[in-house]
Amino acid sequence: MASPGAPMPNSPMAPPRSFLWTRRIFLTLLTGFVLVPVYVMVSSSLKPLADVTGEFRWLPSGLTIRPYIDIWSTVPLAKYFVNSLVVAGAATVCSVVIAVFAAYAVSRYEFRGKRVFTVTVLSTQMFPGILFLLPLFLIYVNIGNATGIALFGSRGGLILTYLTFSLPFSIWMLIGYFDSVPRDLDEAALVDGCGPLKALLRIVVPAAVPGIVAVAVYAFMTAWGEVLFASVMTNDTTRTLAVGLQGYSTLNDVYWNQIMAASLVVSVPVVAGFLLLQRYLVTGLTAGAVK
Amino acid sequence: MTSTALKEPVRRTPPGAAREPRRRTGRIRRVGLPYLLLLPALLLELLVHLVPMVIGIVMSFKELTQFYIRDWGSAPWSGLGNYEVSVDFDAPVGEALLHSFLTTVGFTLLSVGLCWLVGTAAAIFMQDTFRGRGLLRALFLVPYALPVYAAVITWVFMFQHDNGLVNHVLHDQLHLTDEPSFWLIGDNSFYALLAVSVWKGWPFAFLIVMAGLQNIPKELYEAAALDGAGVWQQIRRITLPSLRPVNQVLVLVLFLWTFNDFNTPYVLFGKSAPEAADLISVHIYQASFVTWNFGTGSAMSVLLLLFLLAVTGAYLLFTSRGRRTADG
Repeated sequence: MASPGAPMPNSPMAPPRSFLWTRRIFLTLLTGFVLVPVYVMVSSSLKPLADVTGEFRWLPSGLTIRPYIDIWSTVPLAKYFVNSLVVAGAATVCSVVIAVFAAYAVSRYEFRGKRVFTVTVLSTQMFPGILFLLPLFLIYVNIGNATGIALFGSRGGLILTYLTFSLPFSIWMLIGYFDSVPRDLDEAALVDGCGPLKALLRIVVPAAVPGIVAVAVYAFMTAWGEVLFASVMTNDTTRTLAVGLQGYSTLNDVYWNQIMAASLVVSVPVVAGFLLLQRYLVTGLTAGAVK
Repeated sequence: MTSTALKEPVRRTPPGAAREPRRRTGRIRRVGLPYLLLLPALLLELLVHLVPMVIGIVMSFKELTQFYIRDWGSAPWSGLGNYEVSVDFDAPVGEALLHSFLTTVGFTLLSVGLCWLVGTAAAIFMQDTFRGRGLLRALFLVPYALPVYAAVITWVFMFQHDNGLVNHVLHDQLHLTDEPSFWLIGDNSFYALLAVSVWKGWPFAFLIVMAGLQNIPKELYEAAALDGAGVWQQIRRITLPSLRPVNQVLVLVLFLWTFNDFNTPYVLFGKSAPEAADLISVHIYQASFVTWNFGTGSAMSVLLLLFLLAVTGAYLLFTSRGRRTADG
C-alpha cells in the first residue's frame, strides 16, 4: 500500500527499514479501519433485504438497486433533503459573509474591545450545546408568541442557530488568513480612493479565496451534520436529514439496505465537496488557524 | 511586525482632501466601522449563545417543570435546590450524574488520546511523498467528511447482534467469543462508542497536524540530517517539538468537542444510552426533555460549563507556562 520511493543508498535522508516497515504496517491497518465501515455502507446498500436481515455477508448474494428506489417512498427523503439543503446552504452563505466582515475588522483595525470580542466569540466553542439548547428553545418559542415570527420549528430558526455554530471557528481562521494578505495591497486601494468595504471586496477577499472556501466547507458540514438542535427544533414539514434518516428504523422492519442507501445518498454531496476542496482546507488551515 | 500606521490604513487618506462635514462623517466611520463590521457576528452570538447562557443560568435557580414551560418567568425560585439535587451523590439523581460525569471523563481521555496519536502518526508517516499518498489522504478524510448520522448509523448496523459485521467477524469467523456479544447495550457499549468516536475524530487531528507540519522549515530537517540524526530522531527532536503550539490548540479543541459530544452517542444508542456509555450531554438531555425538568437540567449544564471553564483555564495556564520554560 505505502510503497515509498526507493531510498538512495548512503544518503543521509534515506529512512531506515524500521521506519518504512512501521509506516507500511501502520498505514495498512489504518486503511482497513477507515475502509470497513465505508465498504459496509456501500455494499449493504446494494444488497437485497434478505442479505441484511440474516447473518452478515461480506459479499452480497445478488446486487440490486431497489434500495435506492425505495428510500424515496419509505420516508419522505426528498423533502428532508431539500430542507437540509436550504438550511445548510443559507447558514453557510450567511456565516461566511458575516465571518468575512468580522475577520476583516479584527485583522485590519485597532479598536477598543477587540481582544474581548475574539476571546468571547472563541469561548462560545466551549459551551455545551445542551446548556443553551433549553433556553434557546424557550427564547424561540417566546419570540414566536410575542411577535409571530416563527423561529421554533422553522427553517429560519435552524439557519440562525447553525450559522452561529460555524461562526467562531470561521472568524478565527479568516483572521489568520487575512493577516497573511499583505496590507500594502488594500492600502494601495485605499489611497486610490476605494472605501474600506471596496478594498475588502476587491482586494482582500480575492486574495483569501482558499481560506474562504475552507470556511464555507466547514460551515456547510457543520450545518449538514448537526443532530441535537435538529431533533428538538424541527417539525414534520421542516425536518432535516439528520432526524429524518432515523425514520427507517422506527418502523416494524428495519430496512438496513435502505438505511445504508439513504446514508450514502445524503453523504455524497458533502463528501464529494469536501474531497474536491480539501486542498483548500489544508492551505487555509496552514495559513490561518495553525500558524 | 507591522507598525500602528499600517494597522490603520484609513489614516493615510490625504487629510486636506475632504471638506469639513465629510471629514466628520469620515471620522465617525473610521471609529465606527470596525464595530459595524462586527455587529452582525456579535448580535448573532448574543442571540444564540450568550443570552441563552445567561437565561440558562437563571433557569438553574428556578423550579422549572412542565407546568411553567409556557411562561417560564412565573416559575418559582428554588435557590440552590437544583444544584443540591444534582450534587447529592447519595440520592439517585446525583449518583447517576456523577457516574455519567466519570464515564465521560474516561471516555474523553481515551478518545482524545487515541485520536491525537493516530492522527499525528498518520500525518508524520505521510509527510514524504510516496505512490498513492494523495489517494490515501483523501480516503483518510472520509470519516471526517461523512455526516455524523450517516457514519454512526453504519456503525449501528455493524454492531447489530444478529446481522452485524462485528459479531460475524469476532464470533463466526475468528471464534473469539463463545456467543455473539451485545455491543449497543451493556458494558461493551463503552468500547463501541469509543471505536466510533475515534473512527470519526482522528481525521481532524490528522488534518490539523498535516497543516502544522507544512509550517516546519525544511532547513531544520536538513541541518539535523547533516548532523547525522536518523528519521526517528528527527521526529523526536524536530517534528514533535515544532508541533507543540499546534498540539496545544488541537488537544483542547478535541477535548471540548468530545466532552460535549451529543451527536455520536445519540445516534448510536437513541434517547437513552446504556449505563456504561452514558455521556454527560445525553444524560442532561434525558434529564431535561424526557422528564421535562428544565431547572435541574440547567443546573447540570451550568456545572458542566464550570468544569469545562476550570479545565480549559488550568490547561492553558499549564501548557503556556510549560512552553515558556521550554523556550528558555
